[in-house]
Amino acid sequence: MQQLISLLVENKPGALMRVTGVLSARGYNIESLTVARTLDPELSRMTIAVEVEATMRPLLIKQMQRLINVIQAVDLTDAPVVCREIMLVKVEVSDDKRAALLKEAEIFRARVVDSAPGGYTLEATGAGEKLEAFLEVLRSYGDIEVIRSGAMALPRSTRERKTSAKRETGKTSWQPSTTKKMQV
Amino acid sequence: MLMNGAGIIMEALHREGVEVIFGYPGGANMPIYDVLYDHPVRHILMRHEENACFAAEGYARSTGKVGVCFATSGPGATNLVTGLVDALMDSIPVVAITGQVPRAMIGRDAFQEADVFGITRSTTKHNYLVKDVNDLARTIHEAFHIASTGRPGPVLIDVTKDVQNAKAAYHAPGPVHLRGYKVSLEGHAGQIRRAVEMIWASQRPYVYAGGGIVTSGASAELCELAEILEAPVAETLMGLGSLASEHPYCINMLGMHGSYAANMGISDADLLIALGVRFDDRVTGRLEAFARHAKVIHVDIDPAEIGKNRSVELPIVGDLKHVLRRLNDLLGETRSTDGARNAGARRQWMDQIRDWQRQHPFSYAPSDTEIKPQYLVEMMDQFCQGRTIVAADVGQHQMWGAQYIRFNQPRLWLCSGGLGAMGFGLPAAIGAQLGNPDKPVFALVGDGGFMMSLPELSTIASYGLPIKIVVMNNGYLGMVRQWQELFNSRRYSAVELDCFPHAERLGEAFGIRARTVDKPQHLAQALREALEEPGPYLLNVKVSPEENVYPMIPSGGAVNEMILEPPQPVEAA
Repeated sequence: MQQLISLLVENKPGALMRVTGVLSARGYNIESLTVARTLDPELSRMTIAVEVEATMRPLLIKQMQRLINVIQAVDLTDAPVVCREIMLVKVEVSDDKRAALLKEAEIFRARVVDSAPGGYTLEATGAGEKLEAFLEVLRSYGDIEVIRSGAMALPRSTRERKTSAKRETGKTSWQPSTTKKMQV
Repeated sequence: MLMNGAGIIMEALHREGVEVIFGYPGGANMPIYDVLYDHPVRHILMRHEENACFAAEGYARSTGKVGVCFATSGPGATNLVTGLVDALMDSIPVVAITGQVPRAMIGRDAFQEADVFGITRSTTKHNYLVKDVNDLARTIHEAFHIASTGRPGPVLIDVTKDVQNAKAAYHAPGPVHLRGYKVSLEGHAGQIRRAVEMIWASQRPYVYAGGGIVTSGASAELCELAEILEAPVAETLMGLGSLASEHPYCINMLGMHGSYAANMGISDADLLIALGVRFDDRVTGRLEAFARHAKVIHVDIDPAEIGKNRSVELPIVGDLKHVLRRLNDLLGETRSTDGARNAGARRQWMDQIRDWQRQHPFSYAPSDTEIKPQYLVEMMDQFCQGRTIVAADVGQHQMWGAQYIRFNQPRLWLCSGGLGAMGFGLPAAIGAQLGNPDKPVFALVGDGGFMMSLPELSTIASYGLPIKIVVMNNGYLGMVRQWQELFNSRRYSAVELDCFPHAERLGEAFGIRARTVDKPQHLAQALREALEEPGPYLLNVKVSPEENVYPMIPSGGAVNEMILEPPQPVEAA
């Protein structure tokens, strides 16, 4: 099943390669990956969506956590999260349908970022399914060209994140405070 | 004072207390070798970079200090890779420093350029590419910190040649602080209390001790634990000597070629106290059938080991020395109260273990006419007396050595456990001898592994290292042959090693005393001669060619499904 991992990593050369190496060494294919700096310029936050057997999930998190450049690795798969994706779509549209398309874009809260005689470039944000639905609609207008950022996820609040961290440890009442870095 | 990057490297190594470096020069690390020219540190010129890394490991394994090796860019660095993976698998602290082409040439397919930072990403605990001379000192001290703390491992530092030449001042950095690297030593107090409850509730406790005991220096604590519990302690291949082989509760090695008592014991135990181990497949056999009746307490410093192969009832993340001290204290306090509850059952359990030990000790059919390989290691054991360093290679001789040679202290038995890298034994013995100049060091190698490390005879001769090389020579790649015999209907494919060199003449060519023996009557005298020789000695021992290592758990078999003696054919797995 698809796993959602959120990582806080040091912004250093090779850090991305180390993290993805944990996945590629096992032959997992990354569905999406986003990475950018946090407020602290020395750190980056990463969100990875990857197809993984459920039994392997805790091990992967721990093996990522073990990496020197990783400050924190959290499994967000079953945690309460805000998860969003950004998408740019270039859509070809005939003149008579331009107005209808804009109406449609409004429903999905997409913005026009570029306009040309043959069509529009739209920017949409939302959960994966919403974007899929929007694409479905756009296809009925004409040829489309898409680029998507991949999932970006944040736990809903600090308090709830702690709950999710506890869940990771499974059936024991063992507190993750003994695993390094969890408290960061 | 300004110095160049190479000078900063050597200054940092000096401050880390490095006394010996194993290396090989080349174009991209020449500035370092120029500083070495009149530097007090001892540099050992190995004959291959892979062996430089193995030697650094042999030094680290036998002394507990960080082993250091140097190599140049490209082929020099890629030759290190096997040694780095070996150190990674066995958690051995090694720092490797490699030269890299100048910054301006990186990525342009320069002569002897390789993406060493990329190649060694997954073969090290951590690695660095240094492109600024001002980062150099901090990086080296960080590398030593990472290599030697927590779960130890290899760290590689790739330094471009222009950085080695750039001028800067050496500034001693403060204590190493890494945001993403924190090691917890103490272990969770509540978990340790729960461990005490589980231990006293058990009737058939069993201690499964591994390399973590050696790394943590927790042998005394392990011994105390065994004596409080009066329970059997089995050791992994990496843990041999963590409890003295002669200790009454030590029941030898467990796993694929482990003792009958150790393997039967783990199958019937109701509590596994797993200390610094990783539930390796060579120990567990078929996982579903492994220690089926046991609850597991797992103590390890690496959280990622917890629950990796076997689900665990009680994990404790911490350093074994700390955790066992606390655990022993609590057990000692409660021994006469809570501990009395199942004391009778535990005594019965230990009696059962002793019965198994008596029924099936390690055994073989002796011979008057040929040297049985087991006889060779038995004889070595008589000379070693449980306190001699033995660096083994990989294969049958390694398993027999583990079975028959006693180790009454940790850091005596050096072998490539996790990776099983042939060619390890001889260079590891070089490292061990340099770390222990006043102690006898045996290199116990097969004829296959010996041929892989042949060039190092030159190193041994050149530095006059008094290593006693014992070649267990059966003319085969014995372990593969054994599998082909048992699982491939004796279709011996590419395992015959003919044309082994004439040992005496080989020794003479290098200036090393050498002798071949093939009669059991001559063996003891030959070993004595080897030990009395002040310099190196090459003893080529021709042993029965088709002897097998037993007991044996066939790959994919359950631990208690051991083959105890020569075959009924079994399906290959």
